[in-house]
Amino acid sequence: MDILSFFEQHMEMTYVVILSVFLGIEVISRVPSVLHTPLMSGANAIHGVVIIGAIIVMGEAEKDNYPALILGFLAVILGTLNVVGGFVVTDRMLEMFKSKKNK
Amino acid sequence: MLSLIYLIGSVTFIVGLKMLSHPATARKGNLIAAGGMFISILGTIFLYTHNGEHLHNFWWIAGGLLIGGVIGLVSAKKVKMTAMPEMVSLFNGMGGACAALISIVEFEHVNAETTSLHLLIIFAGLIIGSISFAGSIIAWGKLNGKIKDIAFKGQHIFNIILLIVILAIAAFVIGVQPVTMAWWMLAVLLLSLLYGVFFVLPIGGADMPVVISLLNSFTGVAAACGGFLYNNPVMLTGGILVGSAGTILTILMCKAMNRSLKNVLIGSFGGSNTGSGSKEQGAYREIGLSDAAVVLAYAHKVMIVPGYGLAVAQAQHACHELEVLLEAKGVEVRYAIHPVAGRMPGHMNVLLAEADVPYEKLLEMEQANPRFNTTDVVLVLGANDVVNPAAKSDPASPIYGMPILEVEHAKTVIVNKRSMKPGYAGIENELFFRPKTAMLFGDAKAVMQQLIAEITQV
Repeated sequence: MDILSFFEQHMEMTYVVILSVFLGIEVISRVPSVLHTPLMSGANAIHGVVIIGAIIVMGEAEKDNYPALILGFLAVILGTLNVVGGFVVTDRMLEMFKSKKNK
Repeated sequence: MLSLIYLIGSVTFIVGLKMLSHPATARKGNLIAAGGMFISILGTIFLYTHNGEHLHNFWWIAGGLLIGGVIGLVSAKKVKMTAMPEMVSLFNGMGGACAALISIVEFEHVNAETTSLHLLIIFAGLIIGSISFAGSIIAWGKLNGKIKDIAFKGQHIFNIILLIVILAIAAFVIGVQPVTMAWWMLAVLLLSLLYGVFFVLPIGGADMPVVISLLNSFTGVAAACGGFLYNNPVMLTGGILVGSAGTILTILMCKAMNRSLKNVLIGSFGGSNTGSGSKEQGAYREIGLSDAAVVLAYAHKVMIVPGYGLAVAQAQHACHELEVLLEAKGVEVRYAIHPVAGRMPGHMNVLLAEADVPYEKLLEMEQANPRFNTTDVVLVLGANDVVNPAAKSDPASPIYGMPILEVEHAKTVIVNKRSMKPGYAGIENELFFRPKTAMLFGDAKAVMQQLIAEITQV
């Protein structure tokens, strides 16, 4: 059985997935509506972690495998955009909230 | 060593998200998550080994990081506060595209020994990533005003069929593993992109934040697929965390608007009732600019209720000017902010903060409602559903039960709208037909500027 053997081989991963699902739900179950947008933006930056996959693709590609190199290169650029842009935009939003309170 | 870095990375994501959900710690939380991301990326570049081999092509990687980093930084710094949601959507699309590209490259490595589960995960990454990419780009265009709502009859059925076809092809390829896999992959890619487009196209522009939040969690799942492919714990936790947190956030956003996710996606809400002539309208009273100016200038207490119209017209600066002018004349001016005004939580706070409106003048709904009794003039700027008394009185109304700003208790209500067309929910607002209410038609910004000119002369 493919599925059973998969679980046996990837026991830890399966646990990680299931626990992460519950953790994600728990962590933000009570959030004031004012923070919905920054939180969405912050979560958006965090899934930029996909950049790590892009780096691995790029780093494992053979030197003459141009299709893989080009696609990987593009993936690294896009992933970095997601990460850097995501965190900076979130910070700018939250900066607004803070400066208001100081005034 | 790398496992330790990944562990720290995963923990920072959890702590970061947790801190992001409290106002006092939000900014720090974002920085902590960013720090975790930074060390995870550095760790991957320098410490990752596969079968004892380090990564190569460093210059390519460095180049990609540099280009993406600079573009990301500059565009995030330059974007106007009002354009934030579409920026988030655009970045989300980039992440989706990244996940899809990874899957495409991984197809090359598929061989006879590839398990069907491995193939399944590659397909999942491809499909979810492409849908998220195409959908986010459409959402971005819609918020920009570049793309209009497009819906045709039977679109939902069309979408469902499209999705079934995509899944069927994927199932076929996984089960049979045909030789011409590249073509099948291309077909799945194109159809998924198409699905992403048609998924978002019919959804109303004001509902976009909810859709973006949903696509956001899609991208999270796509990233987690990458985590499976490379046995990478930080991608897995980060991706799944965003996937589940994003889903909950989407539901929370819907709840704040008193709608269900199904309603948002299908958009059935009031769709049949948007025409202005479909219902008995009653008579409304119009007020001229100079009259409105006089009413405002001689009031003691004025409450401004901003809404989506203010954001669309970019009237926040003009609005602040009006407030300063009125205050100089001895009028007390406050803003009443409904939690979902503009249908994007926190939208109005951010907009008005951008125009330097002092924080103390922004009242939340709970603070504002008891004050309407003693308010002389309420100026409603492009808000509609959040002041609709039907939410309290009419159980048949789709927005029944949503807490509203009780502006009808004030002595006079001046409503600025562009026309008598119903608001986003597509329902009539009886407030407009009450004797206390006067309508002031026009674009919020233009009207503000004219009001300012008139009041200066009073």
